[in-house]
Amino acid sequence: MSKSTFAIGGVHPHDNKLARDCRIEVLPPAPTMYVSVAQHLGAPALPVVEVGDKVKVGQVIAGPGGFVSTYVHAPVSGTVKSIGPRADLAGRPVTHIEIAVEGDEWMEGIDRSDNLVTEIPTDNQAIIEKIHSAGVVGLGGATFPTHIKLSPPPGSKCERVIINGCECEPYLTSDYRVLLEKGEQMVVGAAILAQVMGNVPCTVAIEENKPEAIAHIREVIAKLGFKNLEVMEMKMRYPQGSEKQLIDAVMHRQVRSGGLPISVGAVVQNVGTALAVYDAVQKNKPLIDNTITVTGECFPKQANLQVRVGTPFRYIIDFLGGMPADAAKVISGGPMMGKAVANLDAATLKGTSALLFLTEKQTRRAPESACIRCGKCADACPMGLEPFLLQKLSRIADTEALEANAAQDCIECGCCLYSCPAHIPLLDVIRTGKGLALGAIKARAAAAKAAAEAAKK
Amino acid sequence: MTNTVIWTIAIITVLGLVLALVLFLVAKKFKVEEDPRIDEVEKVMPGANCGGCGFAGCRAFSEAAVKSPDLEGIFCPVGGNDVMAKVASILGFEVKAKAPEVAVVRCNGTCEARPRVNEYDGFATCAVKSALYAGDTACAYGCLGCGDCVSACQFGALSMDPATGLPVVDEEKCTACGACVKACPKKIIELRQKGPRGMREFVSCVNKDKGPVAKKACANACIGCGLCAKTCIHDAITMAVNIAWIDSYKCKLCRECEAVCPTGAIHGVNFPKPLDKDAVKARIAERKKKAAEAKAAEAALIAEAAKEAAHE
Repeated sequence: MSKSTFAIGGVHPHDNKLARDCRIEVLPPAPTMYVSVAQHLGAPALPVVEVGDKVKVGQVIAGPGGFVSTYVHAPVSGTVKSIGPRADLAGRPVTHIEIAVEGDEWMEGIDRSDNLVTEIPTDNQAIIEKIHSAGVVGLGGATFPTHIKLSPPPGSKCERVIINGCECEPYLTSDYRVLLEKGEQMVVGAAILAQVMGNVPCTVAIEENKPEAIAHIREVIAKLGFKNLEVMEMKMRYPQGSEKQLIDAVMHRQVRSGGLPISVGAVVQNVGTALAVYDAVQKNKPLIDNTITVTGECFPKQANLQVRVGTPFRYIIDFLGGMPADAAKVISGGPMMGKAVANLDAATLKGTSALLFLTEKQTRRAPESACIRCGKCADACPMGLEPFLLQKLSRIADTEALEANAAQDCIECGCCLYSCPAHIPLLDVIRTGKGLALGAIKARAAAAKAAAEAAKK
Repeated sequence: MTNTVIWTIAIITVLGLVLALVLFLVAKKFKVEEDPRIDEVEKVMPGANCGGCGFAGCRAFSEAAVKSPDLEGIFCPVGGNDVMAKVASILGFEVKAKAPEVAVVRCNGTCEARPRVNEYDGFATCAVKSALYAGDTACAYGCLGCGDCVSACQFGALSMDPATGLPVVDEEKCTACGACVKACPKKIIELRQKGPRGMREFVSCVNKDKGPVAKKACANACIGCGLCAKTCIHDAITMAVNIAWIDSYKCKLCRECEAVCPTGAIHGVNFPKPLDKDAVKARIAERKKKAAEAKAAEAALIAEAAKEAAHE
């Protein structure tokens, strides 16, 4: 069988999986943890504890702040020290709940044993409720609340669940290690997701640079006997792990501009999310930790760590032997889509996938020169956009033309910037244009809604 | 040979005349009737096409002005009251004078006062930088220093001061068109009343953090202590989310707030004399003492009256 991949665009960065052979280590909690209430897409959660309260591991400390929102749980046991604004990794003030750690006392009802529970409950609504109350969000990067993704709008039907194990970003290895070390749990989680979506077939998509993971998951599926699960070996290509690209690669269907994956019958969930779903449904364990790759050529100790949510970055770095002297930039996430960390005192979030250390030489940008109309960016764009045009329109802030040229469909993968021989900061500029186009679309929707309401009256 | 030349000239001439006639007839038939006042108004406009009025340019402004029933909400910030007077006289309206305004930069986080905590190596515009993160200092509200306001200004009234890293407004050139206000992603530029002889007081900080956090990030930050608001006897200062704001319509330019501000976040500009802080503080102390004495005297009087009432 030939290996599948998405139809247009994409680039081939060197995969640099330095930490691929490092087993997942459990990082002990830091003495003080800072849990953000904005760990998911949508409205920030609202704190339900007060300063001075004693909390246990897994206790709800913040509830949903809107429809698109979810719960946040205490990752440690201890006393709530403060609730207030604290700078996140970008330096912006976000409400954090500070917890001083005392012991490691867990909430009752959480199964902390290692036994694999393969018996899946039959009540789908109860499963979704459990996933919601466990605060599970998409761990592929966007941190969209999972329970909403699992409740498709009426009229739409899911035909296939895709488990995203591509990990196409260079350096990242956390999903790979989860596949190898927690493959059984992940597979049960995937089976739960497939059952909730109506007993549909489920594809675990893994890129060809992880043959051990592919073999292992195939073995596990055969052993556990899930008939509707299969593993698909994908050709290596960035950004294969992006939702729309993966649907194209697996199902050969394209999601319309502005449409949801469910419109073509697909639901995509990350490997980490599947594991979190297993923990939530089978073990009653809310999402309080995740696997983070700590890596970089200049970093002395490569590692994959199981980290409790809310651990300060500095604590992780010190645990692994301190900041390397020649590190010039720290990135939260992968090198392509990750965010530069402006504040090392910031704490990890549910969606934090990696800490990457780059040297001055690796991060230095080449001087920008004029666009020579070579069209490499347009070839590289997996969304079929024209980055050279969008960047011009963004610079002159022509919102109408930006929208007409689908700037709002940009997935910010960075392929254009990666491929540009003139070193034009295409993505940086286009991101502002995308904001303009999205703003115009939102404003129009709001105006239409207001007009409809006025007409009703 | 000669014949050819003559024929050519004749044919071209006739052709030209016929086509000219066609053009003339078409122009006559499809003539668009336009209010001649639009042209007249456009002539008195500054012609900068800056869009500061909210219309696409001076022509669009003129069209809107002619259509408008009372010139309400139509104002050319560049031309100011002079141009508006001319426009009003063309259209036969009464002139409504508006207090002249000027752009004011509400950040005084100089390089010295606001140490850099990280280095930005991305695309150097404020719009891109602010989309990525809070900025290269610990203050998430202050000037990003990439000069989007400078490039937005069509009148050359803004420039970056390399020593402070902050934009400087040239009051002579500033027309209060508001382009910089729109361009600044941090919203630190405000259009304020120019004030008598250009004198004005304003809080040069927009940091919403609590005092200690703001102070740690920037030595010149407004820490929201509220001393200015307590001192002001004109009720011109309001406190909201840890920052003070001076209402230029109520401010009487007494400069007391500037004198008591512990961080120097309140700026007074264009005053003839530099601020003598001690003198102003002495004046405030004197006033407070007098007020306390008056209060004590009043209390004594009331006590006396009560005593007398008790005696009777």
